[in-house]
Amino acid sequence: MSSNDNHKGEGHIHTHQDSPCWSCRGSVDQRAPFCHACGMIQAPRPGDEFQRLGMKADFDLDPKDLEKRYFAFQRKFHPDRFATKTSREKQLSLQHATDLNEAYDRLKAPLSRAEALLESKGAGKQDQARTESDPELLMEAMESREALADAETADEVAKLEARTRMEVEVSEEALSVAFAADDLEGATNIVTRLKYLLKLLQETSRKRLSLHN
Amino acid sequence: MAEFLQIHEPGETPMPHADDNVAVGIDLGTTNSLVAIAHDSAPEILRGSDGRGMVPSVVAYLDDEVIVGAGARPVLLDEPERVVASIKRLMGRGVEDLKTLGGKLPYDVDEAASKGGMVRLSIAGRSLTPVEISADILRALKVRAEEALDRDVDKAVITVPAYFDDAARAATKDAAKLAGLETLRLVNEPTAAALAYGLDKDVEGLYAVYDFGGGTFDISLLRMEMGVFQVLATGGDAQLGGDDLDHVVAEHFLAERTKELSDDGELTTTEVKNALMTARLAKECLTDQDQGKWMLGMDGQPTEHSLDRARFNDLISDIVDRTIKLSRDVLLEADIMPDEVKGVVLVGGSTRVPLVRERVAGLFGQEPLADINPDEVVALGAALQAEALTAGSNALLLDVTPLSLGIETMGGMVEKVIHRNTPIPVAKAQEFTTYKDGQTAMAIHALQGEREMADQNRSLARFELRGIPAMVAGAARIKVMFSVDADGLLTVSASEESTGLEAQVEVKPSYGLNDDDMARMLRESMQHGRSDMMERLLAEARVEGARMLLAFESALEVDGDLLEGDEKNLINRRIDELRSAMAGDDRDVINTAVDTLNKTTEGFASRRMDRDIRKALAGSSVEDIDGELANPEA
Ligand SMILES: [Zn+2]
Repeated sequence: MSSNDNHKGEGHIHTHQDSPCWSCRGSVDQRAPFCHACGMIQAPRPGDEFQRLGMKADFDLDPKDLEKRYFAFQRKFHPDRFATKTSREKQLSLQHATDLNEAYDRLKAPLSRAEALLESKGAGKQDQARTESDPELLMEAMESREALADAETADEVAKLEARTRMEVEVSEEALSVAFAADDLEGATNIVTRLKYLLKLLQETSRKRLSLHN
Repeated sequence: MAEFLQIHEPGETPMPHADDNVAVGIDLGTTNSLVAIAHDSAPEILRGSDGRGMVPSVVAYLDDEVIVGAGARPVLLDEPERVVASIKRLMGRGVEDLKTLGGKLPYDVDEAASKGGMVRLSIAGRSLTPVEISADILRALKVRAEEALDRDVDKAVITVPAYFDDAARAATKDAAKLAGLETLRLVNEPTAAALAYGLDKDVEGLYAVYDFGGGTFDISLLRMEMGVFQVLATGGDAQLGGDDLDHVVAEHFLAERTKELSDDGELTTTEVKNALMTARLAKECLTDQDQGKWMLGMDGQPTEHSLDRARFNDLISDIVDRTIKLSRDVLLEADIMPDEVKGVVLVGGSTRVPLVRERVAGLFGQEPLADINPDEVVALGAALQAEALTAGSNALLLDVTPLSLGIETMGGMVEKVIHRNTPIPVAKAQEFTTYKDGQTAMAIHALQGEREMADQNRSLARFELRGIPAMVAGAARIKVMFSVDADGLLTVSASEESTGLEAQVEVKPSYGLNDDDMARMLRESMQHGRSDMMERLLAEARVEGARMLLAFESALEVDGDLLEGDEKNLINRRIDELRSAMAGDDRDVINTAVDTLNKTTEGFASRRMDRDIRKALAGSSVEDIDGELANPEA
């Protein structure tokens, strides 16, 4: 379903080479997690977070569906399933479960999901570094920092917090639009802005809590 | 396509000696320990001949005998210097840690032997580590289980406080190994308690587990849904426990006694032990009664002390408040309101104290659950998990790391690599660089804890990455990788990325056992224990041989026609050799036979691979596998 075009058709088989099963030495498709001859668990195959959870690489996803897949895959690969097996099988299951936790953690939050998607689409970190020096964003960041520093009551801070939270939501929606239009440059810009907004949100909630106590 | 994975469901892979897979659940507690077993999801505490489930975690070292449990308590009266209690508090601790505990300790520390490493206690002329003493308790539980079940028991799920750090977890596993038990999994105590509540009822939703054990306090928030137990957050204090309630009461009694006798001399270890024992009795009494009287100092200068519930509540109030504050912090951190919690599970004998129940009910706005005996609930949960790990289960347990892990950076600061409450297993890498031109080595100091400065956190390990090529400052890219496994145990490795230099370093916790210690202790334990490492290794070699035979048989079934000429005869001969090697008891012979069979079948294996590639070229298997990945539940 995560159909990279390379996987289809004859002549492109090189992207899908088989490797021998460590246990029975039979061949295992590079994407099969268990050997189809002896049933033995195999090392995790290369792939991005979306592939690991068997999902289409898309920014919009149903969190319930994501969680269901994560649980289902962990049910198969978690080290608890291999507690009485050989140390090699335990080691492989540990690798799978670690990968699954990482993939789920990255896809769960919109910001890291957007970053994962940009990476899988080949938009590198250089693009992000470029947008981080955007003068307009720097100005906005400075102003909101000042506003936060000036806020004296928990009420004032709560207002700032609410406004920032709203801007976070707007940015997340904008990300969805940008990805739908395959506008990677636009998405990269929003990711940078979202990063700054989330940091600001964290600082405002911390200040509100400290004023509360 | 659906049966693709079903046929080879890992839990169903036929394993030799499958019926040997019996495992018990052990609650290795500060004050009491228990062992339990589950059959068909029904857990049961294994009791001694006296019908009691709890084994006091007390060990008496007599000249020619080690007594564990209730039998060790009488020794406490005559020869307290031969008796150790609450040893769990010292697991994974260095002698430096003890200083921070403050006050007079009921332990006689062997200062010289403890220097720079694990604590050693002087007990009746012996110098013993907490690992060895815990191993004695585990051995007693193993014997109890073997007697109750009338068979060998060598596998266990062992519970640890959620807040146990890496060193204490490693020490617990070492103790099990010494006692001849394979640790299938270390499970956090609150998680085990939730399992005990969760599996026999169809609960869904958010639950809190308030675990006030003898030596530690943990609070955990779990979500139970669709057979998945997910720990959302956990917090607590590894140095705060029900024992502390005894401590404040003992201090109160001793202050009264000192005043009455006008004696301001230093207290002896014996006096402290007696006061603690009396205080524990007082705590237990005041759970049902409003007041009572107790005596101290049977050795000629007895003093009488009375205490009522109100005064008792005053004495313990600060400690109980601390647990409530920690609980509130965890709720806040997980962004959960107290009224979202559907039920509160109580664990640990100290949760019987009325003030504790009152405060917990106050925080969550509901009466806590107490259907299962709070002393037994952890062991019952551990037994359920032991059965799930050996017999298979549909339930899934996803736990988190309780404390942040990081490394020390310039200026004594800590850079966190893995944050607390991250689901495990987890692996995370962080890049660091050199700060001097031509620097060829870098010291790496791994730490555990939440504080900003390195010296305020727990030091786990120090090592040095050497052989970094000389470069200008800031050019080297040192990647430090932290991996935490399903038991919550950490491994650290480091590599230099720009040149590809890999220096893997295996890390031992600072207060762990080194290999020499472990080897010596294992040798010693073999002299009087049932366990035998060689036997274990032999069994493993047999399992590997059997696995190989099974794998090869299934390959023959699918691709048997690929065998050429007299290859079949040769392979059959090798198979026979392996079978007879497995019937013998020489591990090396078995391993050699496995290798030989592997070599003999290499040609056959490569022909099988060619055939599979041809099959893949011809059609549908790639699609099948895509479909399988996309629908893990199919
Ligand atoms: Zn295989």
